[in-house]
Amino acid sequence: MSSMLVIVIVVAIGIVGFFLGRQRAVSKDDRSVKAHSLPHYHGWWVFLVSVLPAIIFIMVWAIGSGFYIERQAVNSLPVHNSESVIASQSLELGMVSGIARGLDKLTDQERANLPTTFSELRPLLSSKGVALATEGQDFMIPVAVQWNKSTARAHNIGAVVAIVLALAGAVFGLSGVNVRTRARNNVERIILWGLLAASTIAILTTVGIVLSMLFQTITFFQSVTPSSFFFGTVWDPRFSAAGGNGAQGQFGLIPLLAGTLYIALVAMLFAVPVGLFAAIYMAEYASRSVRSVVKPLLEVLAGIPTIVYGFFALVTVGPFLRDLSAAISGGYPFIMAQSVLTAGIVMGVMLIPFVSSLSDDIITAVPRSLRDGSLGLGSTKSETVRRVVLPAALPGIVGALLLTASRAIGETMIVVLAAGVAANLNINPFDAMTTITVKIVNQLTGDLEFNSPQTLVAFALGLTLFFITLAMNIFALYIVRKYREQYE
Amino acid sequence: MNLMTERSLEKAVNDKMSAQVNTIKMQGKDVTVHYGEKQALFGVSLDVPEKMVTALIGPSGCGKSTFLRSLNRMNDTIEGCKIGGKITLDDEDIYNPKIDVVELRARVGMVFQKPNPFPKSIFENVAYGPRIHGLAKNRHELEEIVEKSLRRASLFDEVKDRLHEAGTGLSGGQQQRLCIARAIAVSPEVILMDEPCSALDPIATAKVEELIDELRQNYTIVIVTHSMQQAARVSQRTAMFHLGNLVEVGDTEMMFTNPTEKRTQDYITGRFG
Repeated sequence: MSSMLVIVIVVAIGIVGFFLGRQRAVSKDDRSVKAHSLPHYHGWWVFLVSVLPAIIFIMVWAIGSGFYIERQAVNSLPVHNSESVIASQSLELGMVSGIARGLDKLTDQERANLPTTFSELRPLLSSKGVALATEGQDFMIPVAVQWNKSTARAHNIGAVVAIVLALAGAVFGLSGVNVRTRARNNVERIILWGLLAASTIAILTTVGIVLSMLFQTITFFQSVTPSSFFFGTVWDPRFSAAGGNGAQGQFGLIPLLAGTLYIALVAMLFAVPVGLFAAIYMAEYASRSVRSVVKPLLEVLAGIPTIVYGFFALVTVGPFLRDLSAAISGGYPFIMAQSVLTAGIVMGVMLIPFVSSLSDDIITAVPRSLRDGSLGLGSTKSETVRRVVLPAALPGIVGALLLTASRAIGETMIVVLAAGVAANLNINPFDAMTTITVKIVNQLTGDLEFNSPQTLVAFALGLTLFFITLAMNIFALYIVRKYREQYE
Repeated sequence: MNLMTERSLEKAVNDKMSAQVNTIKMQGKDVTVHYGEKQALFGVSLDVPEKMVTALIGPSGCGKSTFLRSLNRMNDTIEGCKIGGKITLDDEDIYNPKIDVVELRARVGMVFQKPNPFPKSIFENVAYGPRIHGLAKNRHELEEIVEKSLRRASLFDEVKDRLHEAGTGLSGGQQQRLCIARAIAVSPEVILMDEPCSALDPIATAKVEELIDELRQNYTIVIVTHSMQQAARVSQRTAMFHLGNLVEVGDTEMMFTNPTEKRTQDYITGRFG
């Protein structure tokens, strides 16, 4: 029985329970007492008590039994005295689960007289379309067979328990149906829990992301000291051949951080004035008809995938700036095609809609009475904007700019294509620099196990980036909230 | 009681005397206002005499605020608003394209229904107008203007120790007087007030009314109000609006004791509105 079928059965029980519950509520209502809840609330209550526990059980069981079977397989593997026990064990486990998946595809007859050596099994499995690596060992086959058996058993037990749970829930729900049963309040409470769960998922996911990065980062810091990472000025990870662990390399964050902040700064220098002026025009000057056309157009810019901006930087802006600089200096192009300036300008273009859209909302939120007050004193529109509207909106705008800046810092695709990969530490905006995000991409592309500092450093970089943007967002939210209180 | 009659008698005599001397400051002739398709004013002609308080009364939506706002062209800021007819300030057409709106609004100041101090300090609120119009040559002069304006708005004594605290931190009545001080600081000739007391409690209202009565010495004031008593207390002339038309205009005393129009009488006695 597949899990899908089990879920369908459980839901079917729930649906039947719904109709029975509603029916029962109607038949119990003899009009002598005022019914507490409408019949369909009784139906929903029966549905929920039969379906919810069963579904939750199915999920917990699937996760729990998976762990259990894996532990069992690990225990039945022979013990090695290899140097890196964890790595080889996880490799072996991968092989075993691969074989087990392959065995599933065999017919019963083939399974009955299974070859006992891996070299015989491999061609048999590949004829079924399951390709396996060559490192398989004979002892893995019985483990894989056992794996399949326990999986099937766990599955069957789970299915039976889930269906019994659903039936029990339905009976419990139905037996509780009565004229004065508070089914309406019960359903309300479950809705509350459902909504709570939905909002918790986002937070839990964030926690999960941080934790997963945190553990890899801790592993990284076992081979590289935090001080040489956070304060190192040389980035030279020295990719060594897989398996060899002689070359250590240097993992200095400073050049990457400098590049990240520098490019973000150039981008903000470009995006803030343009975006802010666009927002002021839209909020204060544009007539309603102009606004209804221009604002959506600007916001369309925000929907362009950043990789497209990256292309634009790579094939248009970069070469243009290089040729321009060559024309200015008369031959020698002092702006490189991949440079801080190129990446910054294109990223700035990407950020314009964010700045303008956020600031527009904030400027529009400044009460009209303040504008009237200023205009009524005989000031011009721009004086009103400069002296009353902008100061009133300033905290909100600063918050918006911080949110934008954290986007600029986390932006990846544009810088991958336009900023270059050289981890230079310089202040010339015409040279190539690189960013944290570019290096994360570099370190993780390729077929590598996550066990060398060369790859693990990506997690340390990611975590650093996460904390930088998190801090900026928290600060921005704090400022925005403070600003909101002003008009309460 | 005796004292009251005496005082109101005195007021009536004063009013009558001033009505005789005062010249026309602003004048509306056949003023029409459209908001998009909807017409809000249907040919209103009204004179505003100098150094007097003119009250505009009438039920909600009768066009009295619209008329007030067209006196300093604040209606320009509303999209789709069209104005016809002629409005003059000292016999100058204020809707003449050659007129500088900004300068006009400096001459015809405005106080709004809800107190709207800027989110700045009390000092900066009052100094705002003088600063943009360059009325003060230096810091000392600016301070003088601010103090004088606050005194005229009878607010100075209450706030003199906290001039550099936020204007939004004052009470509602103080905020409204701050807005009046802010308007006075530009030395306008006319002050328009759009229901200045509707957001205030009775005590704050009394203070603002007292202030309006004092300001009459130096300024021409037009006030929109919902309260008959307020119109009777502070104004010398009253104009009654209904459904976008001017029903009747005359000396306040006469309007409240012996109105010629039945609609005015009905409104004043509370039969509709």
